[in-house]
Amino acid sequence: MKMKLINKDTKVVVQGITGTQGKFHAARMKEYGTKIIAGVTPGRGGQEVDGTPVYDTVLEAKERHGCDASIIFVPAGGVLDAALEAMEAGMDPIVLITEGIPVRDTIELVARAKQIGTTVVGPNTPGLIKAGESKMGIMPNQVFKRGSVGIISRSGTLFYEIAAHVTNQGLGESTCVGLGGDPVVGLDYIELLKWFHKDPETRAVALIGEIGGDAEEKAADFIASGGFTKPIAAYIAGRAAIPGKRMGHAGAIIQGSTGTAESKMNALRGAGAAIGEQPVDVAKALKKVLG
Amino acid sequence: MKLLEYEAKEVFRRYDIPLGASVVASTPEEARDAFTKIGKPVVVKAQVGIGGRGKAGGIKPADTPEQAYAVAKHILGMRIKDLPIRKVLIEERLAIQHEVYLGVIIDRASKCFTILASREGGVNIEEIAAKTPEKIVRQNVDPLRGFRSYNANGVAKRLGYDGKKMQQLGDIIQKLYRVAYEMDAEFTEINPLVETTNSFVAADARLNVDNNALYRHKELEAKYLESFEGELTPREMEARAMDLTYVELNGDIGIIGNGAGLTMATLDTVMLYGGHASNFLDLGGGASPDRIGKAVEFVLKDSRVRALFVNVLGGITRCDDTAKGIIEARKKLGDNKPIVVRMMGTNEQEGKRLLHGAGIETDDTMEEAAQKAVKLARDA
Repeated sequence: MKMKLINKDTKVVVQGITGTQGKFHAARMKEYGTKIIAGVTPGRGGQEVDGTPVYDTVLEAKERHGCDASIIFVPAGGVLDAALEAMEAGMDPIVLITEGIPVRDTIELVARAKQIGTTVVGPNTPGLIKAGESKMGIMPNQVFKRGSVGIISRSGTLFYEIAAHVTNQGLGESTCVGLGGDPVVGLDYIELLKWFHKDPETRAVALIGEIGGDAEEKAADFIASGGFTKPIAAYIAGRAAIPGKRMGHAGAIIQGSTGTAESKMNALRGAGAAIGEQPVDVAKALKKVLG
Repeated sequence: MKLLEYEAKEVFRRYDIPLGASVVASTPEEARDAFTKIGKPVVVKAQVGIGGRGKAGGIKPADTPEQAYAVAKHILGMRIKDLPIRKVLIEERLAIQHEVYLGVIIDRASKCFTILASREGGVNIEEIAAKTPEKIVRQNVDPLRGFRSYNANGVAKRLGYDGKKMQQLGDIIQKLYRVAYEMDAEFTEINPLVETTNSFVAADARLNVDNNALYRHKELEAKYLESFEGELTPREMEARAMDLTYVELNGDIGIIGNGAGLTMATLDTVMLYGGHASNFLDLGGGASPDRIGKAVEFVLKDSRVRALFVNVLGGITRCDDTAKGIIEARKKLGDNKPIVVRMMGTNEQEGKRLLHGAGIETDDTMEEAAQKAVKLARDA
């Protein structure tokens, strides 16, 4: 499947722009340079939010402004409809910031996206950013600096933590993507590793994982099979977690013997990734390789 | 949210999944009446939200009303893994010919519901997977097409059934999928599904509902907090009631962070430097001073805690709000336990100024702060 991310030309519509989060982050995204073209809130068409026109439907926003992509801040119960609407209007990618979406809704919208070839980022994600150009997300602007490290993460604040270290090491970031903390999300590590493998602006990748599921193990298999050959460093959160307990994220849970941090670290180490004992080690390891 | 067996069976009954005759009882008298109503030999089963009740003596047969009374009295008076037994299910005893396993899970990698089935029922699925993985039939459900009768019959066929039994079993599998889908199950299971001479009966029932979907199942909301009894410690129950994302651990360093990944990494870093966290507490995004204060107070009140480490990376959460919350909680408790704060990001300078004014130390990196917290807990 072709995967679509963002760049400085991506024209973005914000679904849920009249809510507290939507309004706040639309402003931060604009500050960063994102082309926020329109907002959508049913029933609020004709209004403006900080100078951005609001429409009742995504289709209207598209017809008036030619938007390409959508970022969604609507409450959890409305996300399935909002995402299907965005897909039907041809938005790609679609970024789902909202936390607390029923898994069944995610399963349905991700299946539909796959069928029509739309990229879905999230849900429960900080979003994605092309450093120095544009962001569709809620990450703090000051942490990122244009550079050569691609970042893939299942979490939010830990991703900012490691991005800050990467920036402090003088490396900077190319494109960074938050996969999302839910059990089912639109993108996998592997799809992004394939993308980063070909991306000329990315010289190395930081992979930030956590307990639960086996997505990191699958990524390790993919790397070991030669699918991704650039330098890679990883950090896995949750070594101190107790089996059977959900650690904040709906997806962060060790079930039986699967999903442990050790299993993920061993798999990635076996595939040739540098494993950070602490978050800062990831940036240090990449600095060592990239110079 | 984990439903108890009798609650899950109430749901199954609505979907016409075949069940034995059963009655719920809260007292020995009710158990005796239940026996009379059912009118055949029964089993008395403890209703408790954790596994292993059979081994713990929570499932016993009874052949007379008096026996049902005595057995129920015994079970209602016991505790299983520290949990009180408030109800028993009195259920008709089945003539077991064979035991089948049926389950529906969410497959994270395939991003769909997946049916699991095996003829080696009666033991848990992980055991079957470990011993005889080739005896588990897996069938992914296409989210856009759904799970049709031919899919269900296909699973029954692969288990080795044909003719009438294949259709009976296929019908049950399809119903179980409808339960999973319509009830927003994270997991639902019939184990064992008892095969008798000419039919199948669900002898046990498990149903875990996605917490994020509870707004679609109003009838369950009232039982929400109670349903965590088996899973959560008393302290975790208290935190849940306060809407705090909290997991109890065994150490003596209290941990509060914002964001699940960062908070987990904070625990790990403390462990790396030889310390032991007493808990995981994730503030989530954009917490107010009041909420932060509540969280700090909750952790400091824990008598096991010898030092507190707050790690906040300000994005939508503001460092000055964090500082205010910490100072307020400390004032309220009149507590002198050492606190280490690492903050970075939105309104960082103001946050640090407030904390330093209140005599609370801050660090710029998580690694330094973790080492300090470990030392403070050791020296306290």
